[in-house]
Amino acid sequence: MEPLTSKKKVLEQKPLTFAERMYLPAIAKGLSITISHLFKKEATIRYPEEQREFSTNFRGMHSLKRDEEGRERCTACGLCALSCPAEAITMIAAERKTEEKALYREEKYAAVYEINMLRCIFCGLCEEACPKEAIYLDGPIVPSDYLRKDFIYGKDKLVEQPLVNK
Amino acid sequence: MDITFVIEKFILVTIIFAISLVIAMYSTYAERKVAAFLQDRLGPDRAGPFGMLQPLADGLKMFMKEEIIPTNSSKWLFMVGPGLAMLTACIGTAVIPWGSAITIGDRIVPLQVADINVGILYIFGVVSLGVYGVMIGGWASNNKYSLLSAIRAASQNISYEIAMGLSIIALLLVTNTMSLKEIVEQQHGWHWNVLYQPLGFIIFIVCSFAETNRAPFDLPECETELIGGYHTEYSSMKLGFYLFAEYINMFVSSAVMATLYFGGYNYPGMDWVLVHAGPVIGPLIGTVVFFMKIFTFIFFFMWVRWTIPRFRYDQLMHLGWKGLIPLAIANIIITGIVIAIIEKF
Repeated sequence: MEPLTSKKKVLEQKPLTFAERMYLPAIAKGLSITISHLFKKEATIRYPEEQREFSTNFRGMHSLKRDEEGRERCTACGLCALSCPAEAITMIAAERKTEEKALYREEKYAAVYEINMLRCIFCGLCEEACPKEAIYLDGPIVPSDYLRKDFIYGKDKLVEQPLVNK
Repeated sequence: MDITFVIEKFILVTIIFAISLVIAMYSTYAERKVAAFLQDRLGPDRAGPFGMLQPLADGLKMFMKEEIIPTNSSKWLFMVGPGLAMLTACIGTAVIPWGSAITIGDRIVPLQVADINVGILYIFGVVSLGVYGVMIGGWASNNKYSLLSAIRAASQNISYEIAMGLSIIALLLVTNTMSLKEIVEQQHGWHWNVLYQPLGFIIFIVCSFAETNRAPFDLPECETELIGGYHTEYSSMKLGFYLFAEYINMFVSSAVMATLYFGGYNYPGMDWVLVHAGPVIGPLIGTVVFFMKIFTFIFFFMWVRWTIPRFRYDQLMHLGWKGLIPLAIANIIITGIVIAIIEKF
Protein backbone atom coordinates (compact mmCIF):
# COMPACT_ATOMS: atom_id res chain seq x y z
CA MET A 1 0.00 0.00 0.00
CA GLU A 2 1.17 3.48 -0.83
CA PRO A 3 1.81 5.74 2.12
CA LEU A 4 -1.00 8.24 2.61
CA THR A 5 1.27 11.09 3.63
CA SER A 6 4.68 12.30 2.66
CA LYS A 7 5.67 12.51 6.29
CA LYS A 8 8.04 9.83 7.31
CA LYS A 9 9.65 9.05 10.61
CA VAL A 10 11.93 6.10 10.91
CA LEU A 11 11.90 4.64 14.37
CA GLU A 12 15.23 3.18 15.21
CA GLN A 13 15.33 0.84 18.14
CA LYS A 14 18.69 1.15 19.78
CA PRO A 15 19.90 -1.79 21.83
CA LEU A 16 19.88 -1.07 25.57
CA THR A 17 23.10 0.09 27.11
CA PHE A 18 24.58 -1.87 29.99
CA ALA A 19 23.23 0.58 32.57
CA GLU A 20 19.77 0.27 31.06
CA ARG A 21 19.94 -3.51 31.02
CA MET A 22 20.68 -3.44 34.74
CA TYR A 23 17.10 -2.11 35.22
CA LEU A 24 17.91 -1.05 38.77
CA PRO A 25 18.73 2.66 38.17
CA ALA A 26 15.52 3.08 36.20
CA ILE A 27 13.56 1.20 38.87
CA ALA A 28 15.02 3.39 41.63
CA LYS A 29 14.05 6.48 39.64
CA GLY A 30 10.52 5.18 39.17
CA LEU A 31 10.21 4.30 42.84
CA SER A 32 11.29 7.79 43.85
CA ILE A 33 8.64 9.29 41.57
CA THR A 34 5.85 7.15 42.98
CA ILE A 35 6.88 7.69 46.60
CA SER A 36 6.80 11.46 46.03
CA HIS A 37 3.11 11.10 45.22
CA LEU A 38 2.55 9.63 48.67
CA PHE A 39 3.02 13.11 50.10
CA LYS A 40 0.93 14.98 47.56
CA LYS A 41 -2.57 16.17 48.21
CA GLU A 42 -5.17 13.74 46.91
CA ALA A 43 -7.37 14.94 44.07
CA THR A 44 -10.45 13.09 45.27
CA ILE A 45 -13.63 14.94 46.21
CA ARG A 46 -15.77 12.85 48.58
CA TYR A 47 -18.91 13.47 46.57
CA PRO A 48 -22.00 13.36 48.74
CA GLU A 49 -20.29 15.15 51.62
CA GLU A 50 -18.17 17.47 49.54
CA GLN A 51 -19.21 19.01 46.26
CA ARG A 52 -17.17 20.51 43.54
CA GLU A 53 -17.84 24.22 43.14
CA PHE A 54 -19.94 25.01 40.08
CA SER A 55 -18.97 27.72 37.63
CA THR A 56 -21.17 30.82 37.73
CA ASN A 57 -22.89 29.97 34.44
CA PHE A 58 -23.67 26.38 35.44
CA ARG A 59 -27.13 25.28 34.29
CA GLY A 60 -28.80 22.91 36.72
CA MET A 61 -32.41 22.19 37.65
CA HIS A 62 -35.05 24.69 36.57
CA SER A 63 -36.88 26.87 38.99
CA LEU A 64 -40.02 28.90 38.34
CA LYS A 65 -39.51 32.30 39.94
CA ARG A 66 -41.77 34.47 42.01
CA ASP A 67 -41.78 38.26 42.02
CA GLU A 68 -40.95 40.45 45.00
CA GLU A 69 -44.50 40.06 46.35
CA GLY A 70 -44.31 36.30 46.17
CA ARG A 71 -46.55 35.92 43.10
CA GLU A 72 -45.65 33.44 40.35
CA ARG A 73 -44.16 35.29 37.40
CA CYS A 74 -45.09 32.73 34.73
CA THR A 75 -47.89 33.74 32.45
CA ALA A 76 -48.06 30.51 30.49
CA CYS A 77 -47.25 32.14 27.18
CA GLY A 78 -45.63 28.91 25.97
CA LEU A 79 -42.52 30.54 24.54
CA CYS A 80 -40.29 28.30 26.63
CA ALA A 81 -42.04 25.18 25.36
CA LEU A 82 -41.76 26.53 21.83
CA SER A 83 -38.07 27.30 22.14
CA CYS A 84 -37.24 23.99 23.76
CA PRO A 85 -35.25 21.91 21.23
CA ALA A 86 -35.85 18.72 23.21
CA GLU A 87 -39.58 19.32 23.63
CA ALA A 88 -39.29 18.74 27.33
CA ILE A 89 -41.76 21.39 28.50
CA THR A 90 -45.54 21.08 28.51
CA MET A 91 -48.02 23.40 30.15
CA ILE A 92 -51.73 24.01 30.52
CA ALA A 93 -52.78 27.61 30.92
CA ALA A 94 -55.63 28.89 33.08
CA GLU A 95 -57.24 32.23 33.76
CA ARG A 96 -56.66 33.92 37.07
CA LYS A 97 -59.67 34.40 39.33
CA THR A 98 -60.05 37.63 41.29
CA GLU A 99 -59.34 35.97 44.60
CA GLU A 100 -56.07 34.53 43.24
CA LYS A 101 -54.51 37.95 42.67
CA ALA A 102 -51.98 37.38 45.42
CA LEU A 103 -50.84 34.11 43.82
CA TYR A 104 -50.22 34.97 40.19
CA ARG A 105 -48.81 38.19 38.76
CA GLU A 106 -50.43 38.06 35.32
CA GLU A 107 -54.04 37.42 34.36
CA LYS A 108 -53.08 34.10 32.85
CA TYR A 109 -51.05 31.50 34.64
CA ALA A 110 -49.77 27.94 34.21
CA ALA A 111 -52.12 25.52 35.93
CA VAL A 112 -49.86 22.64 34.98
CA TYR A 113 -46.21 23.11 34.16
CA GLU A 114 -44.15 19.99 33.56
CA ILE A 115 -40.56 19.47 32.51
CA ASN A 116 -39.36 16.02 31.57
CA MET A 117 -35.88 15.94 33.04
CA LEU A 118 -34.91 12.94 30.90
CA ARG A 119 -35.61 14.94 27.75
CA CYS A 120 -34.12 18.21 28.92
CA ILE A 121 -30.64 18.91 27.62
CA PHE A 122 -30.03 21.91 29.88
CA CYS A 123 -29.33 24.21 26.94
CA GLY A 124 -30.89 27.21 28.64
CA LEU A 125 -33.00 28.31 25.66
CA CYS A 126 -36.18 28.43 27.80
CA GLU A 127 -34.40 30.81 30.11
CA GLU A 128 -33.52 33.05 27.16
CA ALA A 129 -36.97 32.85 25.59
CA CYS A 130 -38.93 33.76 28.71
CA PRO A 131 -40.25 37.35 28.49
CA LYS A 132 -41.28 37.43 32.16
CA GLU A 133 -37.99 36.24 33.67
CA ALA A 134 -39.94 33.39 35.19
CA ILE A 135 -37.67 30.41 34.55
CA TYR A 136 -34.02 30.02 35.44
CA LEU A 137 -31.73 26.98 35.38
CA ASP A 138 -30.06 27.91 38.65
CA GLY A 139 -30.71 24.79 40.70
CA PRO A 140 -28.51 21.85 41.67
CA ILE A 141 -27.87 18.70 39.63
CA VAL A 142 -31.11 16.82 38.96
CA PRO A 143 -31.02 13.79 41.24
CA SER A 144 -31.25 10.26 39.93
CA ASP A 145 -34.35 8.11 40.31
CA TYR A 146 -35.65 4.66 39.45
CA LEU A 147 -38.75 5.25 37.30
CA ARG A 148 -39.18 7.30 34.17
CA LYS A 149 -42.40 8.83 35.41
CA ASP A 150 -40.60 10.28 38.40
CA PHE A 151 -38.46 12.41 36.13
CA ILE A 152 -41.43 14.48 34.99
CA TYR A 153 -41.19 17.40 37.34
CA GLY A 154 -44.37 19.35 38.02
CA LYS A 155 -44.94 22.69 39.64
CA ASP A 156 -44.53 21.14 43.09
CA LYS A 157 -40.85 20.62 42.41
CA LEU A 158 -40.19 23.54 40.09
CA VAL A 159 -41.80 26.59 41.68
CA GLU A 160 -39.61 28.56 44.04
CA GLN A 161 -40.49 28.41 47.71
CA PRO A 162 -42.77 31.34 48.69
CA LEU A 163 -41.10 34.27 50.39
CA VAL A 164 -41.28 34.21 54.12
CA ASN A 165 -43.31 37.24 55.32
CA LYS A 166 -41.55 39.28 57.90
CA MET B 1 7.96 -34.45 75.80
CA ASP B 2 5.88 -32.97 78.58
CA ILE B 3 2.38 -31.59 78.29
CA THR B 4 3.41 -27.96 78.86
CA PHE B 5 5.65 -28.18 75.81
CA VAL B 6 2.68 -29.27 73.66
CA ILE B 7 0.45 -26.53 75.08
CA GLU B 8 3.14 -23.93 74.57
CA LYS B 9 3.67 -24.89 70.93
CA PHE B 10 -0.07 -25.10 70.35
CA ILE B 11 -0.57 -21.57 71.65
CA LEU B 12 2.36 -20.31 69.58
CA VAL B 13 1.05 -21.96 66.41
CA THR B 14 -2.42 -20.52 66.98
CA ILE B 15 -1.07 -17.02 67.55
CA ILE B 16 1.18 -17.14 64.49
CA PHE B 17 -1.60 -18.55 62.35
CA ALA B 18 -4.01 -15.84 63.52
CA ILE B 19 -1.45 -13.10 63.03
CA SER B 20 -0.55 -14.22 59.53
CA LEU B 21 -4.23 -14.40 58.55
CA VAL B 22 -4.95 -10.96 59.98
CA ILE B 23 -1.91 -9.50 58.26
CA ALA B 24 -2.91 -11.11 54.97
CA MET B 25 -6.43 -9.72 55.44
CA TYR B 26 -5.19 -6.23 56.09
CA SER B 27 -2.67 -6.53 53.27
CA THR B 28 -5.59 -6.46 50.87
CA TYR B 29 -6.71 -3.24 52.52
CA ALA B 30 -3.17 -1.86 52.62
CA GLU B 31 -2.70 -2.74 48.96
CA ARG B 32 -5.69 -0.64 47.98
CA LYS B 33 -4.71 2.20 50.29
CA VAL B 34 -1.10 2.25 49.08
CA ALA B 35 -2.26 2.11 45.48
CA ALA B 36 -4.58 5.02 46.16
CA PHE B 37 -2.03 7.16 47.96
CA LEU B 38 0.60 6.58 45.29
CA GLN B 39 -1.94 7.71 42.70
CA ASP B 40 -3.16 10.79 44.63
CA ARG B 41 -6.45 9.12 45.56
CA LEU B 42 -8.08 8.21 48.86
CA GLY B 43 -8.76 4.50 48.62
CA PRO B 44 -11.53 2.68 50.50
CA ASP B 45 -12.72 4.87 53.37
CA ARG B 46 -16.44 4.16 53.71
CA ALA B 47 -16.58 0.90 55.69
CA GLY B 48 -15.76 1.88 59.26
CA PRO B 49 -13.25 4.55 60.27
CA PHE B 50 -10.73 5.04 57.44
CA GLY B 51 -12.33 2.02 55.74
CA MET B 52 -10.81 -0.31 58.34
CA LEU B 53 -13.72 -2.75 58.02
CA GLN B 54 -13.28 -3.08 54.26
CA PRO B 55 -11.50 -6.50 54.46
CA LEU B 56 -14.41 -7.88 56.51
CA ALA B 57 -16.88 -6.59 53.93
CA ASP B 58 -14.79 -8.15 51.15
CA GLY B 59 -14.65 -11.46 53.01
CA LEU B 60 -18.38 -11.42 53.57
CA LYS B 61 -18.92 -10.71 49.88
CA MET B 62 -16.72 -13.67 48.96
CA PHE B 63 -18.73 -16.01 51.20
CA MET B 64 -22.06 -14.79 49.83
CA LYS B 65 -21.12 -15.40 46.20
CA GLU B 66 -22.49 -18.38 44.36
CA GLU B 67 -20.16 -21.33 44.32
CA ILE B 68 -19.69 -22.72 40.83
CA ILE B 69 -17.87 -25.94 40.00
CA PRO B 70 -17.56 -26.42 36.22
CA THR B 71 -19.26 -29.57 34.95
CA ASN B 72 -16.25 -30.98 33.15
CA SER B 73 -13.68 -30.15 35.79
CA SER B 74 -12.12 -32.83 37.92
CA LYS B 75 -14.07 -31.95 41.01
CA TRP B 76 -11.79 -33.40 43.65
CA LEU B 77 -8.70 -31.57 42.42
CA PHE B 78 -10.76 -28.46 41.78
CA MET B 79 -11.59 -28.35 45.46
CA VAL B 80 -8.14 -29.37 46.65
CA GLY B 81 -6.34 -26.64 44.67
CA PRO B 82 -7.24 -23.56 46.75
CA GLY B 83 -6.80 -25.47 50.00
CA LEU B 84 -3.34 -26.57 48.97
CA ALA B 85 -2.40 -23.04 47.97
CA MET B 86 -3.53 -21.81 51.36
CA LEU B 87 -1.86 -24.63 53.27
CA THR B 88 1.54 -24.26 51.63
CA ALA B 89 1.35 -20.52 52.16
CA CYS B 90 0.69 -20.95 55.88
CA ILE B 91 3.17 -23.69 56.84
CA GLY B 92 6.14 -21.56 55.84
CA THR B 93 5.73 -19.59 59.06
CA ALA B 94 6.67 -22.62 61.20
CA VAL B 95 10.44 -22.23 61.12
CA ILE B 96 10.69 -18.45 61.24
CA PRO B 97 12.10 -17.20 64.56
CA TRP B 98 9.71 -14.46 65.62
CA GLY B 99 11.78 -13.30 68.56
CA SER B 100 14.41 -14.34 71.04
CA ALA B 101 13.32 -16.67 73.85
CA ILE B 102 11.04 -15.33 76.57
CA THR B 103 11.86 -16.35 80.17
CA ILE B 104 8.74 -16.91 82.26
CA GLY B 105 9.71 -18.01 85.74
CA ASP B 106 12.31 -20.74 85.19
CA ARG B 107 10.88 -21.71 81.83
CA ILE B 108 12.43 -20.54 78.55
CA VAL B 109 9.87 -20.17 75.78
CA PRO B 110 11.38 -19.80 72.30
CA LEU B 111 9.27 -17.71 69.94
CA GLN B 112 9.73 -20.18 67.13
CA VAL B 113 7.56 -23.17 66.41
CA ALA B 114 10.31 -25.48 65.18
CA ASP B 115 14.03 -24.76 65.24
CA ILE B 116 15.07 -27.35 62.68
CA ASN B 117 18.67 -27.38 61.51
CA VAL B 118 17.69 -27.25 57.83
CA GLY B 119 15.32 -24.28 58.22
CA ILE B 120 16.32 -22.69 54.93
CA LEU B 121 15.76 -25.92 53.01
CA TYR B 122 12.34 -26.25 54.63
CA ILE B 123 11.37 -22.73 53.58
CA PHE B 124 12.66 -23.47 50.13
CA GLY B 125 10.67 -26.69 49.88
CA VAL B 126 7.48 -25.03 51.07
CA VAL B 127 7.87 -22.18 48.61
CA SER B 128 8.34 -24.70 45.78
CA LEU B 129 5.22 -26.56 46.89
CA GLY B 130 3.26 -23.31 46.63
CA VAL B 131 3.05 -23.63 42.88
CA TYR B 132 1.20 -26.94 43.18
CA GLY B 133 -1.94 -25.20 44.37
CA VAL B 134 -1.84 -23.01 41.30
CA MET B 135 -0.99 -25.92 39.00
CA ILE B 136 -3.74 -28.17 40.34
CA GLY B 137 -6.32 -25.38 40.23
CA GLY B 138 -5.39 -24.45 36.68
CA TRP B 139 -5.40 -28.02 35.47
CA ALA B 140 -8.58 -29.11 37.24
CA SER B 141 -10.56 -26.19 35.82
CA ASN B 142 -10.55 -27.89 32.40
CA ASN B 143 -10.07 -24.51 30.78
CA LYS B 144 -7.35 -23.72 28.29
CA TYR B 145 -6.70 -20.30 29.71
CA SER B 146 -6.42 -21.55 33.26
CA LEU B 147 -4.04 -24.26 32.14
CA LEU B 148 -1.89 -21.76 30.22
CA SER B 149 -1.76 -19.58 33.27
CA ALA B 150 -0.82 -22.51 35.50
CA ILE B 151 1.99 -23.45 33.11
CA ARG B 152 3.20 -19.87 33.16
CA ALA B 153 3.21 -19.88 36.94
CA ALA B 154 5.04 -23.20 37.10
CA SER B 155 7.77 -22.33 34.62
CA GLN B 156 8.23 -18.91 36.20
CA ASN B 157 8.60 -20.41 39.67
CA ILE B 158 11.02 -23.09 38.50
CA SER B 159 13.16 -20.53 36.68
CA TYR B 160 13.41 -18.15 39.59
CA GLU B 161 13.84 -20.84 42.23
CA ILE B 162 17.26 -21.65 40.80
CA ALA B 163 18.54 -18.10 41.11
CA MET B 164 16.97 -17.89 44.56
CA GLY B 165 18.69 -21.08 45.68
CA LEU B 166 22.03 -19.89 44.32
CA SER B 167 21.73 -16.59 46.15
CA ILE B 168 21.04 -18.51 49.37
CA ILE B 169 24.14 -20.68 48.81
CA ALA B 170 26.24 -17.51 48.87
CA LEU B 171 24.49 -16.56 52.10
CA LEU B 172 25.24 -19.99 53.57
CA LEU B 173 28.92 -19.50 52.79
CA VAL B 174 28.80 -16.47 55.06
CA THR B 175 26.66 -17.95 57.85
CA ASN B 176 27.91 -21.57 57.87
CA THR B 177 24.53 -22.78 59.13
CA MET B 178 21.09 -23.59 57.74
CA SER B 179 19.18 -23.04 60.96
CA LEU B 180 17.23 -19.80 60.74
CA LYS B 181 17.58 -19.33 64.49
CA GLU B 182 21.36 -19.41 64.30
CA ILE B 183 21.41 -17.16 61.25
CA VAL B 184 19.42 -14.58 63.19
CA GLU B 185 21.61 -14.90 66.29
CA GLN B 186 24.69 -14.25 64.15
CA GLN B 187 23.25 -10.93 62.99
CA HIS B 188 23.27 -9.53 66.52
CA GLY B 189 22.92 -5.75 66.75
CA TRP B 190 23.41 -4.37 63.30
CA HIS B 191 25.67 -7.07 61.75
CA TRP B 192 22.97 -7.74 59.22
CA ASN B 193 23.68 -10.10 56.35
CA VAL B 194 22.61 -7.53 53.79
CA LEU B 195 25.86 -5.69 54.55
CA TYR B 196 27.86 -8.78 53.60
CA GLN B 197 25.59 -10.01 50.79
CA PRO B 198 24.11 -6.95 49.03
CA LEU B 199 24.09 -8.58 45.59
CA GLY B 200 22.67 -11.78 47.01
CA PHE B 201 19.90 -9.78 48.64
CA ILE B 202 18.99 -8.04 45.39
CA ILE B 203 18.82 -11.39 43.59
CA PHE B 204 16.78 -12.86 46.44
CA ILE B 205 14.25 -10.03 46.52
CA VAL B 206 13.77 -10.11 42.74
CA CYS B 207 13.20 -13.86 42.93
CA SER B 208 10.75 -13.36 45.81
CA PHE B 209 8.70 -11.08 43.61
CA ALA B 210 8.61 -13.81 40.97
CA GLU B 211 7.85 -16.59 43.48
CA THR B 212 4.93 -14.72 44.99
CA ASN B 213 3.57 -13.85 41.53
CA ARG B 214 3.69 -10.16 42.29
CA ALA B 215 4.20 -7.31 39.85
CA PRO B 216 6.35 -6.93 37.81
CA PHE B 217 6.25 -10.73 37.49
CA ASP B 218 2.50 -11.25 37.89
CA LEU B 219 2.15 -13.08 34.59
CA PRO B 220 -0.08 -15.93 35.82
CA GLU B 221 -2.81 -13.32 36.20
CA CYS B 222 -3.62 -11.47 33.03
CA GLU B 223 -7.07 -10.38 31.96
CA THR B 224 -6.19 -9.48 28.39
CA GLU B 225 -4.34 -12.67 27.56
CA LEU B 226 -5.82 -15.28 29.89
CA ILE B 227 -9.29 -13.88 30.74
CA GLY B 228 -8.39 -14.14 34.40
CA GLY B 229 -5.61 -16.52 35.20
CA TYR B 230 -5.39 -19.89 36.88
CA HIS B 231 -8.46 -18.92 38.92
CA THR B 232 -10.70 -18.00 35.97
CA GLU B 233 -13.19 -20.77 36.80
CA TYR B 234 -13.14 -20.19 40.52
CA SER B 235 -15.74 -18.26 42.45
CA SER B 236 -16.81 -17.64 46.01
CA MET B 237 -14.35 -18.36 48.81
CA LYS B 238 -12.28 -20.72 46.65
CA LEU B 239 -11.26 -17.69 44.64
CA GLY B 240 -10.84 -15.87 47.93
CA PHE B 241 -8.43 -18.56 49.11
CA TYR B 242 -6.24 -18.13 46.05
CA LEU B 243 -6.12 -14.37 46.42
CA PHE B 244 -5.57 -14.74 50.15
CA ALA B 245 -2.77 -17.26 49.69
CA GLU B 246 -0.96 -14.72 47.55
CA TYR B 247 -0.96 -12.22 50.39
CA ILE B 248 0.14 -14.82 52.94
CA ASN B 249 2.97 -15.74 50.57
CA MET B 250 3.93 -12.11 50.47
CA PHE B 251 3.94 -11.96 54.26
CA VAL B 252 6.00 -15.14 54.59
CA SER B 253 8.57 -14.08 52.01
CA SER B 254 8.84 -10.68 53.69
CA ALA B 255 9.47 -12.48 56.96
CA VAL B 256 12.09 -14.71 55.33
CA MET B 257 13.86 -11.74 53.79
CA ALA B 258 13.84 -9.89 57.09
CA THR B 259 15.20 -13.01 58.82
CA LEU B 260 17.92 -13.89 56.33
CA TYR B 261 19.20 -10.47 55.34
CA PHE B 262 17.87 -7.82 57.72
CA GLY B 263 18.67 -9.34 61.08
CA GLY B 264 15.28 -10.71 62.09
CA TYR B 265 14.49 -9.40 65.56
CA ASN B 266 17.93 -7.79 65.99
CA TYR B 267 18.30 -4.04 66.04
CA PRO B 268 21.07 -1.64 67.06
CA GLY B 269 21.09 -1.06 70.81
CA MET B 270 19.18 -4.25 71.61
CA ASP B 271 21.53 -5.29 74.45
CA TRP B 272 20.75 -2.14 76.41
CA VAL B 273 17.02 -2.65 75.84
CA LEU B 274 17.20 -6.33 76.85
CA VAL B 275 18.91 -5.47 80.12
CA HIS B 276 16.52 -2.67 81.00
CA ALA B 277 13.19 -4.03 79.73
CA GLY B 278 13.28 -7.42 81.45
CA PRO B 279 13.09 -11.01 80.22
CA VAL B 280 9.54 -10.81 78.76
CA ILE B 281 9.15 -7.28 77.40
CA GLY B 282 12.69 -7.18 75.99
CA PRO B 283 12.27 -10.05 73.51
CA LEU B 284 8.79 -8.81 72.62
CA ILE B 285 10.26 -5.44 71.60
CA GLY B 286 12.52 -7.44 69.29
CA THR B 287 9.43 -9.13 67.84
CA VAL B 288 7.82 -5.74 67.25
CA VAL B 289 10.96 -4.60 65.43
CA PHE B 290 10.83 -7.78 63.36
CA PHE B 291 7.23 -7.09 62.38
CA MET B 292 8.12 -3.52 61.48
CA LYS B 293 10.74 -4.90 59.11
CA ILE B 294 8.16 -7.27 57.65
CA PHE B 295 5.68 -4.43 57.12
CA THR B 296 8.39 -2.38 55.44
CA PHE B 297 8.96 -5.23 53.02
CA ILE B 298 5.23 -5.65 52.40
CA PHE B 299 5.02 -1.94 51.69
CA PHE B 300 7.96 -2.31 49.33
CA PHE B 301 6.13 -5.12 47.50
CA MET B 302 3.15 -2.83 47.01
CA TRP B 303 5.23 0.20 46.19
CA VAL B 304 6.97 -1.74 43.40
CA ARG B 305 3.64 -3.04 42.14
CA TRP B 306 2.37 0.48 41.54
CA THR B 307 5.62 1.64 39.96
CA ILE B 308 6.96 -0.89 37.48
CA PRO B 309 5.15 -2.19 34.41
CA ARG B 310 5.22 -5.95 34.08
CA PHE B 311 7.74 -7.92 32.06
CA ARG B 312 6.82 -9.64 28.85
CA TYR B 313 7.05 -13.41 29.20
CA ASP B 314 10.20 -13.81 27.11
CA GLN B 315 11.80 -10.92 28.98
CA LEU B 316 10.91 -12.65 32.23
CA MET B 317 12.63 -15.85 31.14
CA HIS B 318 15.53 -13.86 29.72
CA LEU B 319 16.02 -12.04 33.02
CA GLY B 320 15.74 -15.24 35.03
CA TRP B 321 18.02 -17.51 33.04
CA LYS B 322 20.49 -15.12 31.41
CA GLY B 323 20.52 -12.39 34.03
CA LEU B 324 19.95 -13.60 37.55
CA ILE B 325 21.44 -17.12 37.41
CA PRO B 326 24.89 -16.05 36.06
CA LEU B 327 24.82 -13.15 38.51
CA ALA B 328 24.05 -15.50 41.39
CA ILE B 329 26.84 -17.87 40.37
CA ALA B 330 29.26 -14.94 40.14
CA ASN B 331 28.11 -13.91 43.61
CA ILE B 332 28.94 -17.37 44.97
CA ILE B 333 32.38 -17.32 43.40
CA ILE B 334 33.19 -13.82 44.67
CA THR B 335 31.92 -14.65 48.16
CA GLY B 336 33.95 -17.88 48.21
CA ILE B 337 37.13 -16.11 47.13
CA VAL B 338 36.70 -13.32 49.68
CA ILE B 339 36.03 -15.80 52.49
CA ALA B 340 39.08 -17.86 51.48
CA ILE B 341 41.29 -14.76 51.50
CA ILE B 342 39.97 -13.62 54.90
CA GLU B 343 40.58 -17.06 56.42
CA LYS B 344 44.09 -17.19 54.95
CA PHE B 345 45.25 -13.90 56.44
